[in-house]
Amino acid sequence: MSIFAFAAQTIRIAVPYLFAAAGGTLAERSGIISLTLEGFMLTGAFCAALGSYYGGNSWVGVACGMGGGLVFGLLHGVVTIRYRADQVVSGVAINLLAIGVTRFFLHLAFGSSSNSPRVPGFSTVVRGEGMLAGMLPDPLIALGLFAVPAVAWAIYRTPFGLRVRAVGEFPQAAESVGVHVARVRYVAVALSGVLAALGGTYLALDQHQFTDNMSAGRGYIALAAMIFGNWDPVRGGLACLLFAAAETLQIQLQGTQAIPSQFVQMIPYVLTIVALAGMVGKSTPPAALGKSD
Amino acid sequence: MRKLFVVIVLLLVAHLGLLFVHPAGAGATALGTGLNVGVVFDVGGRGDKSFNDGAYRGAERAAKAFGVHVHFIEPGEGSDREAGLRLLAAEKMDLVIGVGFIFTDDLTETAKEYPHVRFAGVDYSLQTDDRGNIVQPPPNLAALKFREEQGSFLVGALAAMVGHSKKLGFVGGMDIPLIHKFEAGYRAGVKYVCPDCTVIAQYAGVTPDAFRNPGRGKELALSQYQSGVNVIFHASGSTGLGVFEAARQTGKLAIGVDADQFAEAPGHVLTSMIKRVDQVVFDQIDRVRTGTFRGGVYEYGLAEGGIGYVYDANNRAMIPDSVHARLNTLASEITAGKIIVPVSR
Repeated sequence: MSIFAFAAQTIRIAVPYLFAAAGGTLAERSGIISLTLEGFMLTGAFCAALGSYYGGNSWVGVACGMGGGLVFGLLHGVVTIRYRADQVVSGVAINLLAIGVTRFFLHLAFGSSSNSPRVPGFSTVVRGEGMLAGMLPDPLIALGLFAVPAVAWAIYRTPFGLRVRAVGEFPQAAESVGVHVARVRYVAVALSGVLAALGGTYLALDQHQFTDNMSAGRGYIALAAMIFGNWDPVRGGLACLLFAAAETLQIQLQGTQAIPSQFVQMIPYVLTIVALAGMVGKSTPPAALGKSD
Repeated sequence: MRKLFVVIVLLLVAHLGLLFVHPAGAGATALGTGLNVGVVFDVGGRGDKSFNDGAYRGAERAAKAFGVHVHFIEPGEGSDREAGLRLLAAEKMDLVIGVGFIFTDDLTETAKEYPHVRFAGVDYSLQTDDRGNIVQPPPNLAALKFREEQGSFLVGALAAMVGHSKKLGFVGGMDIPLIHKFEAGYRAGVKYVCPDCTVIAQYAGVTPDAFRNPGRGKELALSQYQSGVNVIFHASGSTGLGVFEAARQTGKLAIGVDADQFAEAPGHVLTSMIKRVDQVVFDQIDRVRTGTFRGGVYEYGLAEGGIGYVYDANNRAMIPDSVHARLNTLASEITAGKIIVPVSR
């Protein structure tokens, strides 16, 4: 196992986490809890497969995946911002809705409740050791790595980012100086939907098909990475890479049979607990997170 | 807030309503023996091109042949399974079939509650009590088991003979004894024809989600192919779709499971270890029809035609005649009891 192959596998596993964690950070910094990442991701994966299948082109899939995430993001926004519903409850509902809706339309579109037919995607032929070079043709991998610095720049260096941080910390003060709190939050949560959906889009287009519930908890891992990164996009991105590296290590060690497999399966979780307890200091969420007024 | 509640209640009602929607045409077959058979599918649902579709085909064949009424239920998550079984039992079906090992506990419970309804569980997993004795299923329940290890043995032998590598791969779904059976048979088959070969066996996880994670399956397969493996046998549900994707990408071979999975990656599927779920379901419905249904444990192996592997026009070019002849010999030795295939690691 070369270091390059290890790095390549880590990055491939990390891409969905990076997208979702970047999106989650954006929404949470504006004060909206991002329990919904899992649902956004699943919706994105399904819409991407649908678009790619009917559009006959993977870029149509990317556009549709983003569109699906946008719709679900706005839905979460309407429920929590307009109707001030409990954000955790809405988040759980969105995730359950995503599972049901994707399965329903999967059956409607393809007559299967398990998986879609093969759709155009990005992954290409990779033989031998050239795994790292083999990733270049997939633009979503590059985009995933780019999403983290882009969100960091948006949050810390743009007027919009300043408003996001303001409404996430002290919305009353932001409002008193003329910031439209609801509008900023709508934009932030919609963007988080689009970003997390891109993570799902990567999953579906890399597999060349959608399978039922294919996000398989990746949204929650991204959420953990975001909190682990203390709501900072860059630190959250590093946490994603750390989680992905732990998973890669688990895959590699499982193959060697030097260590009992049950122990190997624990690695990502143990690492998370150790890191959370030992390395992160006090984690401080945005002050107005989850408050509906 | 009230509006939200109304919306949620409406959604819940719609959800519950959709639970019991079944495909148009299903269940509305011609009048015949008047037998009513209910089938509850596993999480994969119809269209999984595998297990559930096999059960569907078997039931449909019985419907055509004997004029049996078949009712299908495709549950969503978790507790809906038991509700589905209960619903069919309460409707006084002549036979209620649960498809998948996950129905084991629900079937046992429901069968005890409805002692006058016949039940059958595909892949029913037998429980053992504290002293390690096998707990027999209730008398009105037929536990339908497959000797997956026998088919896995054959595909293992095949993989070792055509793999051009001393390393063979195995990707399992959830890390449980049912899947260990596939691994054990595969290992034994590999070792039988190639004593110095090694098998790399990896599992996608420790929860049922491990059967539905193609992303994970692809990464496991890529790392195995990279370490010099040329053939991977998967027993991992839709996680295996990722294994096929990795085979396509690296130009290597994979072996399908449960049903013929050639279409997932034409040219990269060496063969598939098939479980004739259709045959078994048909067989049980026929037993009910002829009054020979008995509760108890049924095991379907090579000898009973319940297990096999694919050898047809699609993959004949990949399997030399001498190899095929050797596999036939091995199969008859297993049937004759000369080779005893292990069922656990």
